[in-house]
Amino acid sequence: MSRAALLVLADGRFPAGGHAHSGGAEEAVKAGRITDAESLERFCRGRLHTTGLVAAGLAAAAALGTDPLALDEAADARTPSAALRAAGRKLGRQLLRAARATWPSPELAALAAARPRGAHQPVVLGLTARAAGLGPEDAAYCAVYESVSGPATATVRLLGLDPFQATAVLARLAPAMDETVRSAVAAARRVPDEGVDALPRAAAPLLEIGAEAHAAWPVRLFAS
Amino acid sequence: MHLDHATTFPERHTHSAEPVRADGTRRALRIGLGGPVGSGKTATVAALCRALRDTVSLAVVTNDIYTREDADFLLREAVLPPERIAAVETGACPHTAIRDDISANLEAVEDLEDAIGPLQLVLVESGGDNLTATFSKGLVDAQIFVIDVAGGDDIPRKGGPGVTTADLLVVNKTDLAPHVGSDLDRMARDAKEQRHELPVVFQSLRSDAGVAEVADWVRGRLAAWTAA
Amino acid sequence: MMTEVLREEAVPLLSRPAPAPAAADLVPTGIEATARITARRDAAGATVLPVLEGEGPLAVRRLRAVGAEARAALVGAMSAPLGGDRLAVHAEAEAGARLRLTSTAATIALPGQHGQPAFYDVRLTVGRGAAVHWLPEQLISAAGSDLHVTTDAEVAEGGVLVLREEQVLGRTGEPPGRLTSRLRVRCAGRLLLDQELCCGPGAPAGWDGPAVLAGLRALGQLLVVRPEFADAPVQPRMLADHASVTPLAGPAALVTAVAPDALSVRKLLDEAMTELLA
Repeated sequence: MSRAALLVLADGRFPAGGHAHSGGAEEAVKAGRITDAESLERFCRGRLHTTGLVAAGLAAAAALGTDPLALDEAADARTPSAALRAAGRKLGRQLLRAARATWPSPELAALAAARPRGAHQPVVLGLTARAAGLGPEDAAYCAVYESVSGPATATVRLLGLDPFQATAVLARLAPAMDETVRSAVAAARRVPDEGVDALPRAAAPLLEIGAEAHAAWPVRLFAS
Repeated sequence: MHLDHATTFPERHTHSAEPVRADGTRRALRIGLGGPVGSGKTATVAALCRALRDTVSLAVVTNDIYTREDADFLLREAVLPPERIAAVETGACPHTAIRDDISANLEAVEDLEDAIGPLQLVLVESGGDNLTATFSKGLVDAQIFVIDVAGGDDIPRKGGPGVTTADLLVVNKTDLAPHVGSDLDRMARDAKEQRHELPVVFQSLRSDAGVAEVADWVRGRLAAWTAA
Repeated sequence: MMTEVLREEAVPLLSRPAPAPAAADLVPTGIEATARITARRDAAGATVLPVLEGEGPLAVRRLRAVGAEARAALVGAMSAPLGGDRLAVHAEAEAGARLRLTSTAATIALPGQHGQPAFYDVRLTVGRGAAVHWLPEQLISAAGSDLHVTTDAEVAEGGVLVLREEQVLGRTGEPPGRLTSRLRVRCAGRLLLDQELCCGPGAPAGWDGPAVLAGLRALGQLLVVRPEFADAPVQPRMLADHASVTPLAGPAALVTAVAPDALSVRKLLDEAMTELLA
């Protein structure tokens, strides 16, 4: 496997639509729950251990070769908010487009044919990692990093937060990201025996509720 | 060299830049409209829709910095039915959505065609940005850059990728020139110097001619696209 | 009404006496108890309860039926669950039967003598064309407790499930215990919902932060599975600042509410229930 492929996939400039999503930060900023680097860090920790962990589990399982359609159903069940399901599928479709152009593979083509409206992004992410010759840890790392880098970047744009402070937040989260990846991959390795029920399903009520609030705004900067 | 492309760029068949649809028919021509904030992009798009909608099956994708504002303007003006207008969120980075990461815009174009059937023309309007913002060739087949006389008559001289490379440069709001002290002749000379043979249209949407010249240019591109 | 009488009779859950000191020297074992309820549709179209069994802290009382709907209530006969306890409720409505199951008082998770976690498993089975309403009172996670709640529901084709869950993190003025609550629902064999909330001391960091609970201490969910929602899903919308209703990827709607106190949560869920069952 190529380690550099991981950098290509994890690059924030990978053209898969992520730049237009704030991971719930736009709503949290407007509601006054994120106001500075400290509250951003607490937001990111919560998101990492819920949405991030779930995404990493799904991505790792997809990278290990679990049926992506079963994982897509598991992702639906772990995403009660209709707005977040729509955002997840939209991002999945965008990633699939970029992935098929970057690392063409029959598995990616098959998923595109089976889910023309898009599969959940973490499932596509795991399958993309697989197509790029990467492993479940790599896929999980991409998922957990995205789960916190999106809100951090968005907060820089929304609050004018010092970008060095925002990046320092991400650096402080690194040990927690390592831990989350370990736990997600361990769960993904149990899927062949226990099915998708073994995957993490941690919920973040305010992210779910906030996503519906955000989707109803008449005017917003970010898609989610 | 181009003989190699089929194998060198297999991705061409996955991200919809290729001119034919999966079923072999020619896809809609996509024209981007970019330019600084307030130069009259949305008004030009609205006028183009009115001029073309009776003879061309068209739709619009807007990329406003504050999403839906432009789409709402088009809806209020009732230039197209709502199902023919799609808005894309850009995460406060309109140039990223039309140039560096075009995936959301490609989705929007495809969704429009999925929803309303084959189209002949899709206008992609960028969010107001600066003079360096241009469209990716993976997203549009031709681009129009819209500036206005009130933004300063030195803009053509300043150049920048939008002014120098757009397939059509539109200098808008010419009716305001006497009021803002802009020298249209100077703008035309500077534009010619920057753009050489590339066309420039001076327009005032308040005049009788309105958007006619730009609409003719679009019809010409459409005829060439269809004939290709 | 019967339910009100039962409410008055309910033993305050906190009054359960602590285990005798001598017990501490023995191998620490909590209580294992299962309540079982089976609802069956009889020839006349009414619902009967051929199985209605409680055990230890989980007593079950039959309430007066309303129309074709049989009703029963879990009665808090003892304080439970304490650390080390393993409690379970298995309720089933067979094809065409209608069952409404409530509880007479809030359940309070308390610490045990040896710091072990307690487990509370609820299994609901809704047969073809059957209906189960599972509407227990709040679960209060008291300081020092460690409770794992798992609610598993299986709804057959054409079944109706109305499920309410409310959690209160800590009694008034005290910090919460640790609570892990998983809700998993299958509908016509397909996974519909799988969610787990972890909060309290020892839960992964951020549980009380701006992405998860933001310092609010009461939360509730109301799940309504109805065949009608397959063709006419609810429109997602906000019910309050921290409450929304959303359609799930199946014939179901989920209300999620977070608030400073349990009363606010209940009010939101009650209003939403009226609307979703209309």
